[in-house]
Amino acid sequence: MKVLWLQSGGCGGCTLSWLGSEIAPLFGLLRDEGIEMVWHPSFSEASADAALAIIEGCADGSLAFDVLCIEGSLLRGPRNSGRYHMLSGSGRPMTEWVMRLAPRARHVVAVGSCAAFGGVTSAGSNPTDACGLQYDGEAPGGLLGPDFRDAAGLPVIDVAGCPPHPDWISETLIGLARGQLKRDDLDELGRPRFYAEQLVHHGCPRNEYYEFKASAAKPSDQGCLMEQLGCKGTQAHADCNLRLWNGGGSCLRGGYSCIRCTEPGFEEPGHPFAETPKIAGIPIGLPADMPKAWFVALAALSKSATPSRVRENARADHMLKAPSVRRSRKP
Amino acid sequence: MTRRIVGPFNRVEGDLEVALDIADGRVAAAYVNSPLYRGFEQILQGKVPMDALVFVPRICGICSVAQSAAAAQALADAFGWQAPPNGRIAANLALATENLADHLTHFYLYFMPDFARQEYRGRPWFADAAARFTAMSGSAASQVLPARAGFMRIMGTIAGKWPHTLALQPGGSSRPLQVSEKLRLRAILREFRAFLETTLYGDALENVAGLDSGQALAAWAASHAGSDLGRFLAIADDLGLEALGRAGDLFMSYGNYPQEAGRLFPAGLWDGKARGLDAAAIREDVSHAWYAEAEAPQPPASGATLPLDGKEGAYTWCKAPRYDGRVVEVGALARQLVAGHPLARDLAATGGGNVLSRVVMRLVEIARVLPEMERWVETLRPGDPYCNVGDMPDDAQGVGLVEAARGSLGHWIAIRRGRIHNYQIVAPTTWNFSPRDAAGRPGPLEQALAGVPMAEDGTVPAVVQHIVRSFDPCMVCTVH
Repeated sequence: MKVLWLQSGGCGGCTLSWLGSEIAPLFGLLRDEGIEMVWHPSFSEASADAALAIIEGCADGSLAFDVLCIEGSLLRGPRNSGRYHMLSGSGRPMTEWVMRLAPRARHVVAVGSCAAFGGVTSAGSNPTDACGLQYDGEAPGGLLGPDFRDAAGLPVIDVAGCPPHPDWISETLIGLARGQLKRDDLDELGRPRFYAEQLVHHGCPRNEYYEFKASAAKPSDQGCLMEQLGCKGTQAHADCNLRLWNGGGSCLRGGYSCIRCTEPGFEEPGHPFAETPKIAGIPIGLPADMPKAWFVALAALSKSATPSRVRENARADHMLKAPSVRRSRKP
Repeated sequence: MTRRIVGPFNRVEGDLEVALDIADGRVAAAYVNSPLYRGFEQILQGKVPMDALVFVPRICGICSVAQSAAAAQALADAFGWQAPPNGRIAANLALATENLADHLTHFYLYFMPDFARQEYRGRPWFADAAARFTAMSGSAASQVLPARAGFMRIMGTIAGKWPHTLALQPGGSSRPLQVSEKLRLRAILREFRAFLETTLYGDALENVAGLDSGQALAAWAASHAGSDLGRFLAIADDLGLEALGRAGDLFMSYGNYPQEAGRLFPAGLWDGKARGLDAAAIREDVSHAWYAEAEAPQPPASGATLPLDGKEGAYTWCKAPRYDGRVVEVGALARQLVAGHPLARDLAATGGGNVLSRVVMRLVEIARVLPEMERWVETLRPGDPYCNVGDMPDDAQGVGLVEAARGSLGHWIAIRRGRIHNYQIVAPTTWNFSPRDAAGRPGPLEQALAGVPMAEDGTVPAVVQHIVRSFDPCMVCTVH
């Protein structure tokens, strides 16, 4: 399977995340799975004229390729000219290249939340009129429009995440190479279900603190980050705390809140990222599928039942009170 | 005079275009264009100050932690907070991990593959270089990628993940490292040391860091030809890389890795003599960039970023930062020159900043910093605090100056009524790849490319690729 990879209005972090692949060294994994890079901006030898010739060949149909991977959001500004990113050496806006290339590809993959939904580049006043390939935030649309389908009838495949886990990208491409990734394997936002049907909450090491609503008050505290510090792990679709990052990490394991980076619009949550918005003391963002009344009732009950061990450890940066050891027989 | 547009440059971070004016078979003038504008400085305006910690790492996927560190320092400066020793050490470890990994990525994945190009097939070292360094398929990658991924487990341990962590806070670090994590960090560092000593150097880190002159380097190269650094030195010798890519030879470092007192690498400038750094001497000139201009170049603290597409006479989105009106080069060579590394000073005395000295000092810096990281881990004190918090004043301003792998990174924040009033970022490659200023002075890369001869068939030769990549450019930081 031949992949053409281009970067536009992003930071390159998806590629750098991917490079840290741990299931196998990246280049070997791709080779073994029969995935060939027609051109990748960070990895390929071809530069300047040679690179342009490859990209032009893909766009005019003279050079066959299978998958178009786009990393970074698409910059439509200023005034719909696309001039905030002109592909170097070509004198043409990247948006125009993508419009020419997408219909030639068998599949189109948005790598990262920028290419999927617009992402961080579309935050604030969105000065560059940034959007995703097939979404403008939550709204279907984007550069290619809501009706875009590839030759197999798939919409743009959104490997959302800021950045995506290396395996999310590899597994998506390998699924395509093996012909195993179908329409039913994508969720309603075009994200591969193999990672998007988990919640960041699943496998969170702070689960006991969550159960008892024993909350951290400041960074480095061990308690749950949902009540005070803005954590959205109970709503965010991703398997970060099951799959784990860089040898065993995750945002929660790093001591900071999930900011819901796999979801459209995460870049503008409508409140400071590190503060939980509440109405009458109750967080606005409830755990996925949880009725509010039950959440309130359970939270009240669990708070009143919190063991002192959990309460005290929640506001410390190391264990103050260890779980007691229960012996079946008196010594 | 003919004009050649060269781009896209790949194996740099982000997109880059260079226009070359050719006369008599040589580059008469070079114009560097950073063709991507995203508007982070505009996006940050009006947000609560702490939100900067979410946005700024996402300026750059390769200098992500450096951006976090600069923002955390700028916020700490504005708030008047100070991190406890554990928090400072953890942040240093995260930043050093990123910087060293970036040096490694640059050398193996971005820089060396150019020596596997067909135009070098007649050189005696070609077969070996092609087998070892060909892009994606060379034998080095199969060793380097696992070593790099293994080393990045430090990020999983200290920062949760990489890139784009929120662990670096103005009050310290959000990840309290205990005894088990110290053990884990020690083990990871040992494993990475073994890779470097076996593969990159074929020698102990201390011996590489201790090289103290060009002569010592040449002698070392002769006896370590089988290592990857040895391979590079042989190629460099054959191609005369020490005579390529010289810029203005005024070097700057903000200094890096805060210690109990001062920084491991001090701040300053070097132009054959050591000079102190006065951040107030920095101005950003936008005469040749697509931005609306103030009456005179502005200091970053009061600078503005107002895009003006199609502006007459402009050719890039990159501003032109100047120090006291002068063109400045930043990077590992600059950092080690300011820090007084004898090899850096000897190489610069002979040939200034060039392709060889930039690449060599990047690799020597890995050997210089890793033993420091081993020491830092030992000084972490489990049980002591990692993060302080305090009051956030509604009106304040702050500066954060750090060294990313590729050079000096500065953040300037102004807070009014509890919101970000202004946020200005000057990144390493903004210095190195700056365009001309109002006085017409070209930026460092523009200077470094002047005079380069075209290939015999009139094409742009590979040396242009070497010169560009010797700066380890990060274009997504350059314009943000």
